[in-house]
Amino acid sequence: MTRVLLADFAHARSGDKGNSVNIGLFPYRDEDYYLIREKITAERVKEHFAGLVEGEVVRYEAPNIKAFNFVLRGALNGGASRSLRSDNLGKCFGANLLRMPVQID
Amino acid sequence: MKSVRIGAGQGFWGDSPFPALQVAQSGDVKYLCCDALAELTLAILQKARQKDPDKGYVEDLFFTMLLQPCYQKSIKILTNAGGINPSGAGRAVYGLAQKMGLKGLKIAVITGDDLLPRLGELKKAGVDLSDMECGGDISSIEDRILFANAYLGAQPMVEALKAGADVVITGRTSDPAQFLAPMVYELGWGWEDWDRLSAGILLGHLMECSAQSTGGNFGGDWWNIPDMERIGYPVAEVWENGDAVLTKPEGTGGWVKLNTVKEQMLYEVHDPAGYITPDVVADFTSPTLEEDGPNRVRITGMKGRQRPERLKVSIGYSDGWLGEALIRYSWPQAMKKARKAEEIIRKQFASLGLTFDEMITEYIGYNSLSGPLAWGDGDDLNEVGLRIAVRTRNKADAARMPRLLPPLALNGPPTASGAGGMPRPRELIGLWSALVPREEVEKQVRLDILEVE
Repeated sequence: MTRVLLADFAHARSGDKGNSVNIGLFPYRDEDYYLIREKITAERVKEHFAGLVEGEVVRYEAPNIKAFNFVLRGALNGGASRSLRSDNLGKCFGANLLRMPVQID
Repeated sequence: MKSVRIGAGQGFWGDSPFPALQVAQSGDVKYLCCDALAELTLAILQKARQKDPDKGYVEDLFFTMLLQPCYQKSIKILTNAGGINPSGAGRAVYGLAQKMGLKGLKIAVITGDDLLPRLGELKKAGVDLSDMECGGDISSIEDRILFANAYLGAQPMVEALKAGADVVITGRTSDPAQFLAPMVYELGWGWEDWDRLSAGILLGHLMECSAQSTGGNFGGDWWNIPDMERIGYPVAEVWENGDAVLTKPEGTGGWVKLNTVKEQMLYEVHDPAGYITPDVVADFTSPTLEEDGPNRVRITGMKGRQRPERLKVSIGYSDGWLGEALIRYSWPQAMKKARKAEEIIRKQFASLGLTFDEMITEYIGYNSLSGPLAWGDGDDLNEVGLRIAVRTRNKADAARMPRLLPPLALNGPPTASGAGGMPRPRELIGLWSALVPREEVEKQVRLDILEVE
């Protein structure tokens, strides 16, 4: 088992909608799509963002572009225009997801 | 097969007009389409209209720089820069065109997205205006509403193009609608051609955030993106059957590759298999994307489903004030100093009996963009900024809080800097989304055309 970071094999972009944040997650190599499907579950993402995300996390699959979309509810301190945070638009959530450690066989 | 080339001109209010000029000059496009309205832009425009009833639209350099070159090349412009006052925007563009001597230019103004005057009537008629996100009852915010605008689709814009418009100005629309409209008009798509409408929506979505599909805000190996200082905005060549190639003008910076396009494809999307717009429900999991030469991504096989019966209305309401203050500390022990400053401030707030609806602290240089996910203890940082942000009911309280920080420079830990220029309090706007019957909106949509003499 080797411990790597999600950032080592995937890139991501995040954006806001109301009080939700979405994160598109894209493996650099198509074959790592299955690794992400197995390891980066909605539950793990919810756990990872403890303290930043209050609501549920849902994962959607887009196999045609070998990508995943995570929707994080209650993630923006009320939404971009009522948030007190510096990252009021959730632009850094994608980068923050990439900090997740992943165990690889 | 018939095709049309469409270019992106703006991704938000404040975007650079120079790449738009490049699209007009060398993008070989017939249409330049813009999305000027982020979710919260209407809140800013509403305040502008409160001060001056002629204002409330997006005022920037876009038309000053683009109107003449587009007129000369017969490029039509479609934009939602009308904001909360499309008629005012139409008059302003008319004045500008007259000054430039653009005789015969036809400016179409589309109104009807504004539901603010009709909320009471809709509620009385039994329309459920509960928030889609939290489910709350509208009565909890009724006396604080600043704007209420429905998202319009592409149909009124297609009518404007049929009437010969050179410039089409709207208020709130679904972001990709400005891009879909010229495809429908040029390629003769029907309003029940769900697959093709859906292809148009996907292309619009890929272009509505300007350079975000051509290498801007790219989360991958962004350091390899060439010539970002002159990044190109996206251009789409779309065929009658809905297939398309996304590219950018020759000679511009940036990249159009699978990975940059894919990132934009999911940007601000919830369920990719059901991207809901007023015109169609698009399935982003259906198309095939492939690289088709340098800076060309081919998109084929897009599928869509029947449009929704109800339209989304976005309601903004006043929700208190933000007061913020920042003070910075240098090495050594920058983090320790900032933490000490926070402790002192919290004790002073307590002894003064100052309370807030909410208060957060962030350490800039350590965790202001990562919160609890920040690594390490920050002990070795060169500098740290303590940012305190509070939520208050009224403006005066939000303005008072920051004044407690500057004395720390003399009374607290050493090396305190930059506590002088305090940001002014900012009004916080809550956003509320509800669904209303389509016909309630469509019956009030109007198209007016002004022709420059």
